[in-house]
Parts: sequence; structure tokens; C-alpha cells
Amino acid sequence: MSAPSPHTHVEPAEARIAPKPRLRRFHQARWDEPLIFELTSPGERGVGVPVPDLPVPDLPPGLRRAEAPALPEMSQPHVLRHYLRLSQENLGVDLNVDIGQGTCTMKYSPKINDAFVRDPRISELHPLQDESTVQGVLEILYRLEGLLKEISGMDRVSLQPGAGSSAIYANVTMIRAYHAARGEGDQRDEVITTQFSHPTNAAAPKTAGYKVITLMPDADGYPDIEALKAAVGPRTAALLITNPEDTGIFNPRIEEFVRIVHEAGGLCCYDQANANGILGITRARDAGFDLCHFNLHKTFSTPHACGGPAAGASAVTEALAPFLPRPTVEFDGSRYHLDDDRPESVGKIRPFYGVVSNLVRAYAWIMALGAEGLRDVAETAVLNNNYLIHKVLQIKGVSLPYAQGRRRIEQARYSWEQLNADTGIHSEQIGYRVSDFGTHYWTSHHPYLVPEPMTLEPTESYSQADLDEYAAILAEVAREAYEDPETVRTAPHNGPIHQMKGESLDDPGTWAVTWRAYQRKLA
Amino acid sequence: MLAAIGAGSVEEFYADIPDAIRLHRPLDLPAPLRSEAELTRHMDDLLSRNTPARLSFLGAGCYRHHVPAVVEEVGNRSEFLTAYAGEPYEDHGRFQALWEYQSLMGELLEMDVVNVPTYDGYQAAATALRMAGRVTGRRRLLVVGPVSPDKLSKIIDYVRPDHDVEVLDGPAGPFGWQAADLVVGADVAAVYIEAPNFHGVLDPALPLLADRAHAVGALLVVGCNPISLGAVAPPAAYGADIVCGDVQPLGIRMSYGGGNAGFIATRDEERLVREFPSRLFGVIPTAVEGEYGFGDVFYDRTSFAVREEGKEWVGTASALNGIMAGVYLALMGPQGMREIGETILALTRYAQDRLAEVPGVEAPNRDRVSFADFVLRFTGGRSAQEISALLLERGIQGGLVLSDSDALFCVTEIHTREDIDHLAAILQEIAQ
Repeated sequence: MSAPSPHTHVEPAEARIAPKPRLRRFHQARWDEPLIFELTSPGERGVGVPVPDLPVPDLPPGLRRAEAPALPEMSQPHVLRHYLRLSQENLGVDLNVDIGQGTCTMKYSPKINDAFVRDPRISELHPLQDESTVQGVLEILYRLEGLLKEISGMDRVSLQPGAGSSAIYANVTMIRAYHAARGEGDQRDEVITTQFSHPTNAAAPKTAGYKVITLMPDADGYPDIEALKAAVGPRTAALLITNPEDTGIFNPRIEEFVRIVHEAGGLCCYDQANANGILGITRARDAGFDLCHFNLHKTFSTPHACGGPAAGASAVTEALAPFLPRPTVEFDGSRYHLDDDRPESVGKIRPFYGVVSNLVRAYAWIMALGAEGLRDVAETAVLNNNYLIHKVLQIKGVSLPYAQGRRRIEQARYSWEQLNADTGIHSEQIGYRVSDFGTHYWTSHHPYLVPEPMTLEPTESYSQADLDEYAAILAEVAREAYEDPETVRTAPHNGPIHQMKGESLDDPGTWAVTWRAYQRKLA
Repeated sequence: MLAAIGAGSVEEFYADIPDAIRLHRPLDLPAPLRSEAELTRHMDDLLSRNTPARLSFLGAGCYRHHVPAVVEEVGNRSEFLTAYAGEPYEDHGRFQALWEYQSLMGELLEMDVVNVPTYDGYQAAATALRMAGRVTGRRRLLVVGPVSPDKLSKIIDYVRPDHDVEVLDGPAGPFGWQAADLVVGADVAAVYIEAPNFHGVLDPALPLLADRAHAVGALLVVGCNPISLGAVAPPAAYGADIVCGDVQPLGIRMSYGGGNAGFIATRDEERLVREFPSRLFGVIPTAVEGEYGFGDVFYDRTSFAVREEGKEWVGTASALNGIMAGVYLALMGPQGMREIGETILALTRYAQDRLAEVPGVEAPNRDRVSFADFVLRFTGGRSAQEISALLLERGIQGGLVLSDSDALFCVTEIHTREDIDHLAAILQEIAQ
């Protein structure tokens, strides 16, 4: 064929495509999408409903709905299009180098595991089916408990908690039941935790009726052991402590902490939300703990789902086993069954047996890895973290407070205090600008004990090139903070929306949690 | 990478972990199934020992409904499924979808404030009651049964530090006591009742209760099944102050009881809003005209902001199930929700009437309206447990056995009149 090219002739030098720039020229989808209520088109509907030829019974006076609910009326393609646009205005782990969400262990969730839970032999099971028809799922739960017993060193596991905080609460209720059974329930009314443990380690015991004592870090960032000695006593019900803490620092005196609390008659409860770097390295039981919990949506790869459904696991020693949530899953050598006859049980933490879809995913994830694989996960996560620390600390204005010269485990809490002093730019503003490059960034839990904090956790899912990209983004934003602070101050520029204005969300006169409230107050 | 860091081996990073607590052996776990093929084979072997019921009459807090394909198309999107806690900028879609979920539920419930979902309906009920306790400063809670014994277990455990729970179910069992008998003392923080209740009954006394509670300064907390509310009046219409429940019926698969998300709704009153532990997303302007932003309303309520000084706690719960329930409500629209409510009411009525024609079978609540769940009483020679076993032999999963004679059956829009007639024919054989 020798048809003339429709394109303008260019010289070879002009036809060459230059290499990619060092940083991604990202722009997120910006659909400028209306609220779903603004998309209503009277008379349209998205799905049909069976309408049998049977009389509808008369409802008692006052129990018949007067007006149909004022939901939008939309065709199926319009509903789908709206939500697909919103999905494009959201960054899932699958789309980005998600190492800026420290404490959350953002790792890859293998797609094959999603296939198992979408199988009707999981998704269409009713929880009250005859046990003979659900032997497979009961075996999965039983086996997953066994895997987590070995990983934690504990004697018994409950998979009922709906997430990490729910598991902390479950552990607190078992602590409460344990002391009550020994006649010390009223006496032991205090729980001790640390500032760098997840906020729920303080909030759940408070909810369960305990007075909460929080240990502050010492000058090196370790929980203050002298403060612990001063705090323990006959009123101590338990110590709830995360290790490694959210700073990524492993508390090397953890056995001593446990001993001090045990000597005072208290129990020790290990928050293993940050277990990703210590799988197969060190276990809760080996450090002397009585209870621990795992977040299966963190360490064990179940997807984070915009903030759940997640799954939690509570693991305990034999002494706490009578108090486990009911039912437990038991195996008599030939059949699996649910044991609801547990008189000392704390009862139900949630409906039925747990977030089963995520329990299936976590089981499959562990089975695909085995012991060696789990250890590889831990070592890779820790290597990635220490490599990233090395890269990030080369950036002007950032530091890594506490435990100087000591290594971090799986994450690190940095400080932009110097950059803030030099430029006036805050950590949050850095985060907004980081999102312009197509990734996430998070500061830390409140209160900000580390000034201008940033918490990074590069799990095993990211390559050296991924880490280099993330560090390069941080370096660029820091450079901008010094040389072009207005660009940072006015970020984000490349996202679905622009900077939000005002304080209306804290004002009862202007906050609007629903379309109804919005129309009444602001429209 | 080690060279760049200046470390000799990965072992150096673990220097702070004392030798005494190191695990000096490999974990004792099954050999890994390294390929997807091996893993799939293993999982398929396990899954093959599960049999979803072809025809099931189980409900009792977990319901099989049709799940529109678009609900899962959205819920399975990587952008939503694998996202977590990004800022309201790069995760704008999650914030808008959850605000819209709150808003769609708000229309269904006729309430102005709905939370980002908590774990499940149990937690929603337990937290709603503690909210009522904080608002009133009172200790006593009245729970009008029948309530699921498991849910009651959760409620009693959860409110224990602040409240004593009195369960009004009557000495003669669930049928001996009527909500119309309710007397509310001046020390009561809240009255909790469900619509429909655990046995599926919509108590005709429900519209009387708000006045009785409010007369002594107590709140009325109502647990409800949201899929009923296109046809049944929302509790706010008869005076409920806090409404709660589980969105599982709205497009979430049963998944062996794991598909839950709890909702809590109130009027837009500061005294109520300040007691929510959950996140509440609100809409806020941006620098560009006509652009919506979203963020946390009154964040300083939460344990995220102030640890143990917050209201209970907040953490990862069930957000994606909320988004999916929102998609469900948008697909159904006002007409779909009305129709599904009426269809289930009609089938529940038909099932009770048809099955009660069978000798040896009674439907003791037939004089009242039931939604989805309904009680059958077997008065022939066989116990409810024996009937259940015989049904299973014939390929039917019967209802939840409540007692020697009673079982809680359930129908939804996926059942046909023929399914119910088939059940009647089988019971005709076995229930005498």
C-alpha cells in the first residue's frame, strides 16, 4: 500500500517521544458529578420487583406509610454511571502506591480470594442452616482459628469481632468477665494503655466502664516504664498495649511490662494491629500476653472496603477461654459444629459468627503463603520500611523523632517540624499536595504528639521502584514548600474537587448529614 | 536495598526484639499452596461441603433477597473495594457515595441524620440505647420483646456499665405480653422495641408508645427492617427519637451471616447528634462554585479525635455495605421500595393463611400483620425440631426452631406462591 499518509510529515527527531518525567503527571477523574438526588427523572426506575397476585394486608392505623419515600427515580444505566464516576473519583490500593496510610497495613488483596467469597457456596449460605449443609465453611473457620493460634501462640481464637476495634472491645469484655469470675470485678476498675497505641485501646475500655490511664512516651519514645510502675496496683484490670507501636518502634522491655502488670494481678492484652513486620518473628504468647487481637483486613490482606466490612480475631490463653464470645466452632473428629452452650461466655459481639467473607479470604491468603511465606512478608515489609526511612530522611525539613540510631519495624512516624518552622507549611497541606501525584498521605492519630506528623507504612506489596516514586513525590512537595509554598498551600490541584471552605461541619446551624437536612438548611 | 540502607541483613532491623521472645523455629503451618490452581483446588474441596438451600424459609435476622446486579458491579470495583481512609480529596467518591447512602436512608427513615455504618444491627441497637442514656442521664432501659436472644445478649453486655435492662416479654412467653400494656416510669432512659419484632409482628400498639415514653422524658428507640419501609410507616412517623437496624436486606448477600452494616438515625438536634460515636459525613462548599465537598461533622465527638473522651469508639466498620445499600435504594426508587414492601407483606400473609390450613399447623400471630418472619406452631405429634429434620430430608430448609412446638419461618420477594404451596403440601404429609 502506498496511500499518502494523512499525517503531517515530521523529521525523525521530532517523532521521537521523550522519556517519562521523573514524576507522574497525574490528574484524577473530575466528573463534577451532581448529588444523586439531582439526577432524578420522575417515572424512571432501575430494577423491577415481583408483584404476586395476592392481597396486601391492611396495616394497623399509623403503621401504613403515607407517602412513598422521596428516593430519586433513576434508570439502571444512570445509577450505574453515577456510581462508576464516583468510583473513579476514589483511589483504591489497587491503583496507587498506598504506603502513606500508616498503621493501616495497605497491602495487595489477591483477586483469587475474592472469587472464593463470591462463590454461592459462601455468599448464599444462611447462618442458621442445618450444620450438615455447612461443614465446609465451619471447617474453614476452625482451620483459620488453628492458623492464628500458631501465629499468636495462643490457645483459643474467636473470629466473631467485626474489625480491629471490635476485637479490642471483645478482649476487654473477656478481661471484665475474668476478673468478675474471680470476685475482683469491682476492685479492678482501671485499664492502662499507651499514647502510641491505637485510640480504641483507650476508648473501648472506657466504653466498657473502666477508668483509663495512658502512659506517655519517655524521651526515647518508649512507653514510660516508671509511669507503668506508678500506675499498676490492685485496681489494675489490664494493660492494653500495641507493639510495635504506631511509631514503628518495638518496645524491647515488653516482657518487663507484662511482668509488672501480672505481679499486680492484671491481665496483658497485646494489640497486634501492627503484626505485619513480626509474623513468625515474635509472638504475643512468647512475650507473656494473656490476650491479643489481629486485624485481618490489615495483616491478613482482606480488602479495606472504604472502611469495612473488615474482620478481627481475638486470641486468648486457656484461662480466658471460658469467656470467649459464643458460639465457638468445635470439631469432634468427624464433624464440625457450633457450641452455643457456654455459660461463662461474654455472649455475642456481633450477629452469628463473624464477617465470614473476610475470614475465607484471610484463610486462603495464609494457606497460599505458609510459614516461610509469612516470614517473607514480615521481612520484606521491614526491609521496605527501613529503605524508605533511608530515602525520606534525605529530604530537607523532615526528621524521625525518638529512639535515635534504632531501627523501626514496619512503619515510621516522621515529623515535618523543621519544614513547618522554615516555611509555615503544615503536614496536612503536604498531604493534600501529595494527592496531586496520585497517592495517599496521612498524618497520624490525634493528638499529634509528634509535631507535624507523617506516618508511612510500606508493606511487602511495594517494589523498590514504588518506594522510590513515593519518596520522590515527598521530595518534590518539600521542595515546593521551600521554593513555591503557594502551590502547596492551595493544593490539591489535580483532584476531583478543590479546597473545601469554612467550618460549617462543626456548626449545628449549617451541618448537613443528609439531602433532607441540606435542602432544609442550605439549599 | 540493604546496601543502600547500610545494613548487613534483615536481621539487623529486629535488633530491638529480645532474644527471649524471638521464635526460634518456623511457624508450624500447612505447606503453602503456591499456585492459584492448587489454592483453588483446596478451596473448592472445602466449598463443596457447603450446600446453599435451594428452598429455604430461614430469616430470623439474616435475609435472602434478590441482589440487583448493579449493586455488586459497584461493590466489586477495585476503587471502592480496596480503598480505606484517604482524604476527602483523592477519596472524594467514597465520601460522596457514603453521604448519599446517609441521605437515601434518611429519605427511607424520614430522619435528617444517619451515620456512616457501624458494624451491624446489634451494635446499632446497643449504641442507640447508650446514646439515649447519655441524652437523658438515666439508668433504666425497657426492652419490649420479643427481641432476638442473641441481639439481647449483645445489648445487655454493651450497656452494662451505664444501664439496667428490663425485658418485657411476659411470663407466659412471647405471646403473653402486649406492647399496649407498657407503663414507662420516670427513671427510664429509653424504650426499645422492634418493628417488625423478632417474630415478624408489626405491633399495632407501636404508635402509642412515643407519647408514653415522652410523657416521662424517655426516648423511644425503634429497631426496624429497612426493606419494609416502602410500605410500612417509618418509626419517625410515629414518634421514634432514634431508629436503628441492619442494612443487610438492602442488597447485601447473606454470606453465612457476615453481610451486615448497622444504621442509626435521629432528628437533626444537637443533643442527639453530639452523642453519635460514628462518623457522620456532611456536605461543604469548595473554592469552586457549584462543587460539593464532604467531610466529618462534629469530629470532636469521636475517639479518633479525643480517644477515651469521645463517645464510645469509632473504627473500621462496614462502609462498603453502606455504599452498596445506597446503590440498592437508588435502583429501587420510591416505587420499587413500595412494591417490595407490599410483596413481602402479601406473601407473609398468604404463607400464614395457607400453612395454617394444614392440620397440625397453626400460625399463632395471624390476627396481626407480620413482615417476612412469622411463627408456625406444630400441634401434631411431631416437634418443631423433628419437622425441621423431615423438611431437610425433602430438600427444604425450614425455619429457626424456637421451642418444642414453634419455629420462625420467613418469606421474601424471592419466594413464589408455588414455593409456599409446595411447603404446605409437604407439611400436610409430615405435620400431623
